[in-house]
Amino acid sequence: MMQWETVIGLEVHVQLATKSKIFSGASTAFGAEPNSQACAVDLGLPGVLPVLNEAAVAMAVKFGLGINAEIPEVSVFDRKNYFYPDLPKGYQTSQMYHPIVGAGEVEISLDDGATKRIRVHHAHLEEDAGKSLHEDYHGMTGIDLNRAGTPLLEIVSEPDMRSAKEAAAYLKAIHAIVTYLGISDGNMAEGSMRCDVNVSVRPKGQEAFGTRAEVKNVNSFRFVERAIAYEVERQIELIEDGGTVVQETRLFDPEADETRSMRTKEEANDYRYFPCPDLLPVVLDRAYVDHLRSTLPELPAEKRARFEGELGLSAYDASVLASSRAMAEYFEAVKDACGDAKQAANWVQGELSGALNRESLSIEQSPVSAKQLGELITRVLDDTINGKAAKQVFQALWNGEGDSADAIIDAKGLKQVTDSGAIEAMIDQVIADSPVQVAQYRDAEPDKRGKMIGYFVGQVMKASRGTANPQQVNALLKEKLDQA
Amino acid sequence: MALEPSDVQRAAHLARLAMNDADATGYVDDLGRILAMVDQLQEVDTDGVAPLAHPLDTTQRLRADEVTERDQRDHFQRVAPAVENGLYLVPRVVE
Amino acid sequence: MHDKTLTQLARALADGETSSRELTETLLGRIDRLDGRLNSFISVTHEQALAAADAADALRAKGQAGPLTGLPLALKDIFCTNGVKTSCGSKMLDNFIAPYDATVVEKLNAAGTVSLGKTNMDEFAMGSSNENSHYGPVKNPWDLNAVPGGSSGGSAAAVAAGLVPAAMGTDTGGSIRQPAAFCGITGLKPTYGRVSRYGIIAYASSLDQAGPMARSAEDCALLLGTIAGHDLRDSTSVARGVPDYTAELGESLSGLKIGLPKEYFGDGLAPEVEQAVREAIKVYESLGASVHEVSLPHTHYAIPAYYVIAPAEASSNLSRYDGVRFGHRCDAPSDLIDLYKRSRDEGFGEEVKRRILIGTHTLSEGFFDAYYTKAQQVRRLIRQDFIDAFEEVDVLMGPASPTPAFDLGANKDPVSMYLQDIYTIAVNLAGIPGISVPAGFAGQRPIGLQILGPHFAESQLLNVAHQFQQATDWHQRRPALAEESA
Repeated sequence: MMQWETVIGLEVHVQLATKSKIFSGASTAFGAEPNSQACAVDLGLPGVLPVLNEAAVAMAVKFGLGINAEIPEVSVFDRKNYFYPDLPKGYQTSQMYHPIVGAGEVEISLDDGATKRIRVHHAHLEEDAGKSLHEDYHGMTGIDLNRAGTPLLEIVSEPDMRSAKEAAAYLKAIHAIVTYLGISDGNMAEGSMRCDVNVSVRPKGQEAFGTRAEVKNVNSFRFVERAIAYEVERQIELIEDGGTVVQETRLFDPEADETRSMRTKEEANDYRYFPCPDLLPVVLDRAYVDHLRSTLPELPAEKRARFEGELGLSAYDASVLASSRAMAEYFEAVKDACGDAKQAANWVQGELSGALNRESLSIEQSPVSAKQLGELITRVLDDTINGKAAKQVFQALWNGEGDSADAIIDAKGLKQVTDSGAIEAMIDQVIADSPVQVAQYRDAEPDKRGKMIGYFVGQVMKASRGTANPQQVNALLKEKLDQA
Repeated sequence: MALEPSDVQRAAHLARLAMNDADATGYVDDLGRILAMVDQLQEVDTDGVAPLAHPLDTTQRLRADEVTERDQRDHFQRVAPAVENGLYLVPRVVE
Repeated sequence: MHDKTLTQLARALADGETSSRELTETLLGRIDRLDGRLNSFISVTHEQALAAADAADALRAKGQAGPLTGLPLALKDIFCTNGVKTSCGSKMLDNFIAPYDATVVEKLNAAGTVSLGKTNMDEFAMGSSNENSHYGPVKNPWDLNAVPGGSSGGSAAAVAAGLVPAAMGTDTGGSIRQPAAFCGITGLKPTYGRVSRYGIIAYASSLDQAGPMARSAEDCALLLGTIAGHDLRDSTSVARGVPDYTAELGESLSGLKIGLPKEYFGDGLAPEVEQAVREAIKVYESLGASVHEVSLPHTHYAIPAYYVIAPAEASSNLSRYDGVRFGHRCDAPSDLIDLYKRSRDEGFGEEVKRRILIGTHTLSEGFFDAYYTKAQQVRRLIRQDFIDAFEEVDVLMGPASPTPAFDLGANKDPVSMYLQDIYTIAVNLAGIPGISVPAGFAGQRPIGLQILGPHFAESQLLNVAHQFQQATDWHQRRPALAEESA
């Protein structure tokens, strides 16, 4: 049986979070009435001209700095010429020969906590196209050009990924970087981040790459894994059956969970790239780039290292908590409020993430604020409540039953009972109410008794409505039961 | 560089110009002579000469990121050949 | 009144000798009577013109008139004008009512000028004779058998015929200077980037430049001051102050160094043109200028370089005419490809298609470096020729065109037509300013002297032209255009 190796490269298109378009003053807001945000420039009316948006340049440069890429002093816009109804001018203004961001690298973290560096070949600025709406307009297609001219950063990786998981991890890493930098909302459902995947296979040990297929329309983290899994299997089967992979563009169909060849309607494209004569070379001086560098936030890789090194979290926890800016900010706020990084990590990763997942909420939508969670953890750490009560308090906060952990603890009387007299009284009552169990306990061999005491602890905790200190209950019970 | 009718057909297709074989043959002569005239460029020694894309050595000015355009859809669509519900209509696009 | 200069008309308005209304009505009447023979207008905007004239007169009554308020002029049909058909001489845009104003139009409107209409032109500014218009050829008012030149042929003919005192043109390879020469008027192509291109329908973006066409250099100075300036909507427009171009008019030419490029006086130059130009140079010598022979060694390669760069840019610029958002759309397209191919085939004329094909071919894979990159390298050498020459001399002089206006239909061959632009085309590649002034006649047909200066030397160029017009009267000659009986 031949051993195969998968080789993957990604082209990620990120819509930049500018207010206006890359070459015009029209709004980029999502979801407006069709063509209400397509101005004269976006429509390519005769005579209009482009002027470059500074924010798009700044965002691209920030990304470059975030992946330690070279930022060339000069970049140039080119025209990529082809006809399509969603491309109003008959060319897309892009950067073919002199992109704004040169070679850099992105660190990805895998499930086992290991990390790997993926090289980025370059990233370039370009304009987005409009949208074709295929609902039936008397057998016609409708064109909405609101999206035309939205700034895109196309990030082109080297073919450095070797599995679908690595590809998904890379896409997540890019997502984390752009959202940390605040240069994109990263909303894949609204198309703010879109991905084309280049996949090939080769016999293990072979140096030359196999023929690759480009899979388009892979627009979620899950789809990346599924599309690659399908494509790898298809290519291996094809080769093992004596066929050859053809270089082509394929479309991922998430419904059917497969990739399909896009019918080649014509001979290979010839985009006739040439420098856009309506735009001049973009020259970035050192001071401008240095200024942007000074505004960069701490990025995921640095954060992960700090969480692990300074805060002593496990590699896994550090990686998950640093994976998104929102998650990291939430975690750090909880940590600052309670002063215990490990407890903060446990709660965010455990109770909170569980609840969020159950209700399909993002961390930004959490009904429990970081401050509330931090106070709750503080009350566990100072023994005001026990772990069981803490879960009740969390649930109450989640349900909006109170503004703070303290208010809920008071209202529900969940304060831990540490008064040994009160606990003793409850124990005596339980012993009196359970003669059968007491007799069984006392008849048992001493080494079996450890397990049997659980019943009595449960009864006492129940009697205390969970507020008794479990360690105290255990010790006193043992004392009383073993007495006779 | 001699020009063939197939070159003309190829360019016509890329440029989305309808062109039958007779048209293409007609263009071969004109375009061939234009290209022959253009080929004189090859006589010039351009070793080490940087291409010049713009006559002035100026650089791109950057625009502040502000929304300055208002909705003028109806105004712009008055000159459109086919619109419905604010959309431009084209023959069905098959993906 | 119809043969006065803009400057004279401005004075007449200021002195209350006439009103903008009267002027506008007079000229509209002339257009209605005479333009049937010339075909210099594509659209005459009577109503808008009269409304603008009344507004100008009202402003003057309030004492708020500027130097250009109420002056009539015309616009080449390449300038987008809100609410007015802007065809660019093409069937493709025959139904295109521009939904916005070009920056030049905004500036002229703000200055209070009155546009009488849109002038005829070679389709998409591609041509040197105005025979490539969807609206038919324009006739030269000096000789109705002759072409007016192109591509701003309608603007040149309208000014020469006394239909308007001035008109706006554009110049990509000579399209202001050559028709100005053929029609015996003064036409200025400013430095690339001096005048905003926003709203001017693009032919070749790195070469296109708008400029005034009028009856004197003084009028051109007045208009240039109005239309020039940095435009935030045009990345290639230059952020540089606009001087008062009339301020230098009147300075002595004593000590002026004139260069005569030897390549501009070689084979193919008609003897009567050469003679007129040499006579003009003598006038300059009498004004105190000295004459020096210079060389622009790459002149011969300007046309080849231009016919790579301009069609390449045009092939891309004209891709937006696809029958989807504006412009001509074919009947009942069967599918998308059919929509594109038939709309474009029906909408574009022969010369436009020829240039689209050339540009598409030279940009395509395998040809790009040999053609496009090479042409851009040669472009740098051509610009350097001028920079070197201006180290030696202040201005360059020569013919605007190798011949006077030729007969309608005489130049059927595209390549020989292209060669007409031998003296004008390098100027656009280099981006420098140039002006053509009337300098004599070959029989009935005018001859133009071309004067070139360094980047942004418009003030000097205009004064050099103005001094010539103080010493000669070629620019005051008017064609005898018999009034048509109704």
